[in-house]
Amino acid sequence: LQEVTASSRHYVDRLFDLDPQKVLQGVIDMKNAVIGNNKQKANLIVLGAVPRLLYLLQQETSSTELRTECAVVLGSLAMGTENNVKSLLDCHIIPALLQGLLSPDLKFIEACLRCLRTIFISPVTPEDLLYTDATVISHLMALLSRSRYTQEYICQIFSHCCKGPDHQTILFNHGAVQNIAHLLVSTSYKVRMQALKCFSVLAFENPQVSMTLVNVSVDGELLPQIFVKMLQRDKPIEMQLTSAKCLTSMCRAGAIRTDDPCIVLKTLPCLVRMCSKDRLLEERVEGAETLAYLIETDVELQRMASITDHLIVMLADYFKYPSSVSAITDIKRLDHDLKHAHELRQAAFKLYASLGANDEDIRKKIIETENMMDRIVNGLSESSIKVRLAAVRCLHSLSRSVQQLRTSFQDHAVWKPLMKVLQNAPNEILVVASSTLCNLLLEFSPSKEPILESGAIELLCSLTQSENLALRVNGIWALMNMAFQAEQKIKSDILRGLSTEQLFQLLSDSDVNVLMKTLGLLRNLLSTRPHIDHIMSTHGKQIMQAVTLILEGEHNIEVKEQTLCILANIADGTTAKELIMTNDDILQKIKYYMSHSNAKLQLAAMFCISNLIWNEEEGSQERQDKLRDMGIVDILHKLSQSSDPNLCDK
Amino acid sequence: GWDKHSYGYHGDDGHSFCSSGTGQPYGPTFTTGDVIGCCVNLINNTCFYTKNGHSLGKFVFLPSQSNLYPTVGLQTPGEIVDANFGQQPFVFDIEDYMREWRAKIQSTIKRFPIGDRLGEWQAMLQNMVSSYLVHHGYCSTATAFARVTDTTIQEEQTSIKNRQRIQKLVLAGRVGEAIEATQQLYPGLLEHNPNLLFMLKCRQFVEMVNGTDSEVRCFSARSPRSQDSYPGSPSLSPRHGSSNSHVHSTGADSPTCSNGVLSTKSKQSHSKYPTLSSSSSSSSSSSPSSVNYSESNSTDSTKSQQHSSTSNQETSDSEMEMEAEHYPNGVLENSSTRIMNGTYKHEEILQTDESSMEDSCPQRQLCGGNHAATERMIQFGRELQILSEQLCREYGKNTMHKKMLQDAFSLLAYSDPWNCPVGQQLDPIQREPVCAALNSAILESQNLPKQPPLMLALGQASECLRLMARVGLGSCSFARVDDYLH
Repeated sequence: LQEVTASSRHYVDRLFDLDPQKVLQGVIDMKNAVIGNNKQKANLIVLGAVPRLLYLLQQETSSTELRTECAVVLGSLAMGTENNVKSLLDCHIIPALLQGLLSPDLKFIEACLRCLRTIFISPVTPEDLLYTDATVISHLMALLSRSRYTQEYICQIFSHCCKGPDHQTILFNHGAVQNIAHLLVSTSYKVRMQALKCFSVLAFENPQVSMTLVNVSVDGELLPQIFVKMLQRDKPIEMQLTSAKCLTSMCRAGAIRTDDPCIVLKTLPCLVRMCSKDRLLEERVEGAETLAYLIETDVELQRMASITDHLIVMLADYFKYPSSVSAITDIKRLDHDLKHAHELRQAAFKLYASLGANDEDIRKKIIETENMMDRIVNGLSESSIKVRLAAVRCLHSLSRSVQQLRTSFQDHAVWKPLMKVLQNAPNEILVVASSTLCNLLLEFSPSKEPILESGAIELLCSLTQSENLALRVNGIWALMNMAFQAEQKIKSDILRGLSTEQLFQLLSDSDVNVLMKTLGLLRNLLSTRPHIDHIMSTHGKQIMQAVTLILEGEHNIEVKEQTLCILANIADGTTAKELIMTNDDILQKIKYYMSHSNAKLQLAAMFCISNLIWNEEEGSQERQDKLRDMGIVDILHKLSQSSDPNLCDK
Repeated sequence: GWDKHSYGYHGDDGHSFCSSGTGQPYGPTFTTGDVIGCCVNLINNTCFYTKNGHSLGKFVFLPSQSNLYPTVGLQTPGEIVDANFGQQPFVFDIEDYMREWRAKIQSTIKRFPIGDRLGEWQAMLQNMVSSYLVHHGYCSTATAFARVTDTTIQEEQTSIKNRQRIQKLVLAGRVGEAIEATQQLYPGLLEHNPNLLFMLKCRQFVEMVNGTDSEVRCFSARSPRSQDSYPGSPSLSPRHGSSNSHVHSTGADSPTCSNGVLSTKSKQSHSKYPTLSSSSSSSSSSSPSSVNYSESNSTDSTKSQQHSSTSNQETSDSEMEMEAEHYPNGVLENSSTRIMNGTYKHEEILQTDESSMEDSCPQRQLCGGNHAATERMIQFGRELQILSEQLCREYGKNTMHKKMLQDAFSLLAYSDPWNCPVGQQLDPIQREPVCAALNSAILESQNLPKQPPLMLALGQASECLRLMARVGLGSCSFARVDDYLH
């Protein structure tokens, strides 16, 4: 080490000279020595040049020229390896540079900003460092007017340090939109580009920013129009892609309609082009991800994308990396391919998921793409979580097709890897995977049987106990699907697996969805007479309790309706009937709902009565008498005069 | 799409057919109300269809010798199809697509490797500029350029100045003096180029009608120069029948071409010319442009030599290129000398010109309105007729000569020659091809290139693009020469 650093030592020594002029010359020589020389940079850092440079930079007595040169050298050091940046951060370079921004000298400010920019775009720098002092952001906003260099560097810092809604809100509240908008028409390409990037991160999944952007104009032109101009095909790809991201965010936030020509005829085709083979791998990933986001919830956009430039076939190429030729011919290329292979695959899965979200024809086209199901199945077991998640999402999207559930899903035994994914997966994967499982458990799905055999009930029951709401919903939803028209054994297994306590827990869940699906499960469990009687004989007391509780509680119409339907099912049982007939409280409630203002609830209550008094059954006369005593016949008479469906009774 | 050399996209199954009865799955089906488009890209030989403004994906398209015709097949009677060939905006953004390709082609050109070895490229560019300046006689500019770039000029100073002087005379309409000077400075030149001489004399006749040639001007009150010593038409006895030099082709080879060029130019000069008599300052400001025109036409002659039959469109192409041609001049020389130079020389001539016109004839009159001058003109016309007959005997009939003579003489048939069907000849612009031809002939006689390499390169580039267009290489449409001339 000594030998290596010896030649660099005199550079550092000169920083301590008593003559300021010699110090300045020393810094300038150091600047020339380190440019493009990583070894020299590392040496100087080891020899402790950084603290001294920072000292000189902060010293009020230093000349502006010296301070500027110090900032330049520090910026040069930051350009080196990630370790360099770490060393600089350890010396608290950021506060020192931020302090420097208060100087009146523009050249010095620019040098500080340039160095800050280099540090902040490094992946090792925590972006939170920008937000520790609230005055920093407003000062940076003010510096935006100083020169094209301050504009470029500050925009670049913002776009790299804006991660998540908190940062977006801070920047937004400091007037980022107004301060940066006019930079979109700057004469400098770099400034335009960095400003555009700023907007793409500010608006990403942020409705507040997106809604604001749509009404901002620069030189009489609205921002969406400016973005559309930046989409033109002769503009640099980076610019096209970034402005497409801005427009996508604005569209998803509802600021631009999905049928607006600037989305339909400009943004969407532009993003499809970004997926083409001519583009770089990074661009293809970003293009596909952005497009997936754009069309995720709009079936018309999905249809348009699906016919544009053979997108579905084009995406199949995303799975061909690393390509077989590259391995032999070019190691560098192989490395490049490998690095992007995961990203490409997950991007393709995401886009397929969006494309097939709603339209049956598109799903069919996707599945007919070469080796598609195999690719998904492989994707489910990849090591990369991102790929697995995207593959599950894709599978989920495709599982909405009845036809595919019956054919290709069965042919490829998709349930096997899916069940595997569900074991010990992180929550984000579990949510989508369990949701897919819901579809695979639909009664017409041929996968239902094998899934049950592989221990799905246990798994789903455990999901219902999850802290995660979405997992609880999916768990109970899947159980509900499973119970639909199931055989006695399955129903008993579900009840046993879930336990009555858990069932009650779910019935008192704060989330309506969970409650609804649990009631749905109960209703599915309580179907066909022998099942009803069997279940009610074992769990009758608890179920009646739960029903009473819900009918008394503050719930919405749908919940009450579902509960009344459960009662109607119970009333259909042979022995189970008695549980209602002997419960005056319940009978009063049914009576109450018969005269409820909501027709759906009336109808559901009517089903209960109708099942109770069904003539062909034993003891129907007694039940009719009892109900007549309660004054239900009068209500029936009233109802028969009012609306139509009730006429069938009596 | 079923037949040979045909392509189709079928609405019933969404298949694409490429000269075959069996189609490939291609796009969605389409029906009533859909807008279907087709784009053929001759640069990369691909094609794609569009539905309602969305590109459906490209496929390989094999160019055939035969032309393509848009066709729509209908199945049910009573169906209605609207065809749009661009009279309305297209739903698909074809402009944007073309922008992309234009940018692609231009970046290919920009990134074309020039293989620079030790400043060879720069030296070549400097030589191009220098030779161009020398060719057109921008003597001071050329010297300044040579000094700055540390290069040498092949031709001698005096030679350049001589050519410059002769050119000035022709451009000022003093063709008689130009002939005289040429004979003095380059003895034998015109004798070896009877066609050039004939052309000059025809021009001289026209200038006599115009009242600008010194032979008729000497009759007016105040003449700038004495013309007593004019020897009359030299006796011509060319010993070696010099073959058709380029001079001849210039004049008459491609009437369409020069017409196309001139129609626009004469418009400009018409508007400028009358101002000449009103103030000298305006004349000096307009004169540089006339210099440019002279350059233009010299290239024009280059062009017309290379390809005699040119369509209208091509003409307009070359015209654009010509007009822009003077720009690189201004850009490449960084001194203002050239502008001063150009302005100065014309000022000098045009001023004298103009003062005599002002004096003698406020309105344009035949031969300046002087009777003796008219007599002289008529006599000159007879000599010209004799010369023509003589040439005819020696070299056989020459239709171009006949046409030139006829046009020139026709001027006399009208009371106001400036406003007659052949009046265009009187336009000073018409001096330029003559001037260029003479200049080239002089250079050739000195064993120097008759065209500057810059013009040769330009002509080569234009011709190359034209050839590309002829054989259907689409990229030529996005690589116009004039895109690079500013």
